[in-house]
Amino acid sequence: MNLTLHVWRQKNSRSEGRFETYQAKDIIPDMSFLEMLDVVNQELIMKGEEPIAFEHDCREGICGSCGMVINGYPHGGQKGTTACQLHMRHYKDGDTITIEPWRARAFPVLKDLIVDRSAFDRIIQSGGFISATTGVAQDANTVLVPKSNADAAMDAAACIGCGACVAACPNASAMLFTAAKISHLGLLPQGQPERYARVVQMVEQMDKEGFGGCTNIGECSAACPKEISLDVIARMNRDLLVATIKGGK
Amino acid sequence: MSDTKNETTTRTGVRAVEFVKSLDAKAPGGPIEQRWDKHRFEMKLVNPANRRRYTVIVVGSGLAGGAAAATLGEQGYNVKCFCYQDSPRRAHSIAAQGGINAAKNYRNDGDSIFRLFYDTVKGGDFRARESNVYRLAQVSVNIIDQCVAQGVPFAREYGGYLDNRSFGGAQVSRTFYARGQTGQQLLLGAYQALSRQIAAGTVKMFPRTEMLDLVLVDGRARGIITRDMVTGKIERHVADAVVLATGGYGNVFYLSTNAKGCNTTAIWRAHRRGAFFGNPCFTQIHPTCIPVTGDHQSKLTLMSESLRNDGRIWVPRKKGDTRDPRQIPENERDYYLEERYPAFGNLVPRDVASRNAKQVCDEGRGVGPGGLGVYLDFADAIKRLGKQKIAERYGNLFDMYQQITGENPYEVPMRIYPAIHYTMGGLWVDYNLMSTIPGLFVAGEANFSDHGANRLGASALMQGLADGYFVLPYTVANFLAQVKPGGLSTDHAAFGEAEAEINDRVKRLLSINGKRTVDSFHRELGRILWDECGMARNDAGLRRALQRIPELREEFWQNVRVPGEGGELNQELEKAGRVADFLELGELLCIDALHRTESCGGHFREESQTEDGEAKRDDENFSYVAAWEYTGNLARPELHKEPLVFEYVKPSQRSYK
Repeated sequence: MNLTLHVWRQKNSRSEGRFETYQAKDIIPDMSFLEMLDVVNQELIMKGEEPIAFEHDCREGICGSCGMVINGYPHGGQKGTTACQLHMRHYKDGDTITIEPWRARAFPVLKDLIVDRSAFDRIIQSGGFISATTGVAQDANTVLVPKSNADAAMDAAACIGCGACVAACPNASAMLFTAAKISHLGLLPQGQPERYARVVQMVEQMDKEGFGGCTNIGECSAACPKEISLDVIARMNRDLLVATIKGGK
Repeated sequence: MSDTKNETTTRTGVRAVEFVKSLDAKAPGGPIEQRWDKHRFEMKLVNPANRRRYTVIVVGSGLAGGAAAATLGEQGYNVKCFCYQDSPRRAHSIAAQGGINAAKNYRNDGDSIFRLFYDTVKGGDFRARESNVYRLAQVSVNIIDQCVAQGVPFAREYGGYLDNRSFGGAQVSRTFYARGQTGQQLLLGAYQALSRQIAAGTVKMFPRTEMLDLVLVDGRARGIITRDMVTGKIERHVADAVVLATGGYGNVFYLSTNAKGCNTTAIWRAHRRGAFFGNPCFTQIHPTCIPVTGDHQSKLTLMSESLRNDGRIWVPRKKGDTRDPRQIPENERDYYLEERYPAFGNLVPRDVASRNAKQVCDEGRGVGPGGLGVYLDFADAIKRLGKQKIAERYGNLFDMYQQITGENPYEVPMRIYPAIHYTMGGLWVDYNLMSTIPGLFVAGEANFSDHGANRLGASALMQGLADGYFVLPYTVANFLAQVKPGGLSTDHAAFGEAEAEINDRVKRLLSINGKRTVDSFHRELGRILWDECGMARNDAGLRRALQRIPELREEFWQNVRVPGEGGELNQELEKAGRVADFLELGELLCIDALHRTESCGGHFREESQTEDGEAKRDDENFSYVAAWEYTGNLARPELHKEPLVFEYVKPSQRSYK
């Protein structure tokens, strides 16, 4: 099939971007969305033009590198699917597809479809961990974790840090990302000692990075390729409330 | 290294090498269960107050690198950690699905440290070093403890205890797992520990930074040259020790289950600077991947081999049978693994399963596009256990399969085909994980170490974390304790020379402006290697590859087209540098495969098989690690041998009949 692409091109973070139009020819339904872009790029290179820069690595939906807004939807809008796992059989001959980077103040564009998501790393650095220095641990089965808690923690821990939640949110809020880590660690007995300090520090860092606030719209969860539930945000807010009463301790 | 007195010519070595020296692994003696304890006591320590005066560079932020950087940071060393991804959380360890082994014996089913050690040595087809493997089995138990303490959400039973499963044909249940995302959860544990150290200021993180060369001063590894992948700036970093934890080189085959960015550049540059390359031909092919659909294919997707617990593998008995698989009657199906290996059936080890799939496809009985696929059929399991149960066990894998192929595996048998998955070979290291360059340590998949000629399932995560959390923190300290900290700046001539070489190389790549893309060279190299040095290898094919690879390399440097500039974010330039190194490594891979005329593990030499077509090892001539030294002439590397001595596990022919 043949497609028309409108792709955001931007040389670097200092320059202005614009949409360019390209034709994607002889695309077959078994290709992934990124393989379709590979085909376009090979052609651009041979024509002496610069290929479209986009981030990608594992191409199996787990590393969280890829991310682009496709026809207005982060990762293309297929439920629970990253852009690398989106396949061209969902499109038909003659379609026009618009491809943009994540749009958020906290995620400045570096080039074309690549943005800087280091704000996420700084949120984790502010407290998204359990302080367990290597070697301190006793036998793993001395701490019991109810299966339901372990399962809920795993649901939250499935976050791949791609940033689709931020891109989908009209406020460019990072609540789903931040709350997923707070929930993962807060649901486990090992995470209790730092639970309230953690939520205060992480929320503070999140605000400092320039992400917007949450107004309970739910676009984040709908766009999340790992289908992380809005419940994590409720849990975070509860912990934050308790932490505020306790004075962050 | 001892001297050259056991100098010989290799048996087939036309293009291979002439001189043979043997290597000292520095493995301690004595009873195997006491070696690591004894060694830990004998190693030197650095006073806590002095540690911040030492700088350690860690390249790579996966399980091995991330764990090492975090732990060395916790101990107070000054750590600089580098990764090419935008965040250390994205290292390819993240993609491991199945699980991590540990000799906890929580199931009371007969597991022990010795059994895990035994299984790993045997599974590796007797081409690994006993002392290292024993240590790996020993620290496996500490890894689980550490990860649980960090909050890794392993699967639990209703009583709250950790759950285990049997994996990859193991006869005990020693595999810990976090759904189908064990690698992700273990990596995030290491990433969070690393983040804590970054916040504490002990680790400085350099994401989007690629190592392009190693710098040696007075024969010691003293730093690296990097490229900032956003600004294109070439930079110098000095240290007292360098750790490479940069993963495997499976992408030399172009199509593999590796991430697109996985590359050999760091270890290959170190090799060119004097680090020996161990067993490069030991590459692992994973049997349960989704087949190739066409020339556009950019990577292959693995599905956990736990699928083989319930799926039955078959092909039609008749050649070129294109009927809908559901219409093919039972007596016209060949369940070839069940027939040939009644004891293990569909659960034979990875190398055996892969080779048999190739064989039936070579006979013209493969299924799907291009005839490169076999069926993995769940119809019987669904009949026996119900769709519900199968969905519980494999739901996420079935969904993934359907997402990629557009076929519903609950209705139609899955199609699978083997793909390059892991490289057992890597830089040669001694018991301390130090390469032949003093001060250069190599960890995780990047070293050759513990898996011999074939890695068992759920062992890669174990090795990466063992190296990072529990081995390097001791052995790097032992090295540092014997050298004075600092005393060198990046103004040293060695840094200037290395940087100038890198600048020249970048300039050269950008100036060729030829007629072929980087990808087209990479695909062609991959095709040569897959055909001639893939699942089965023979003398004539390897010689063909050794003819074609240098020609292709030559053409690359004449005819590649790399658009854009050096001083900007330039993904084609990044790829070009990596493919240039793959084009050199590919030749060494074939030289090693040609010289090793035995079959063992993932290396199947067609000339060396038993009457019924099974791999035939040659312990008399090949019970050694082949460690190759770069000589300046890619066609003539020098072979060094580390003899392998088996005191505890007696080598036997692996049989799964």
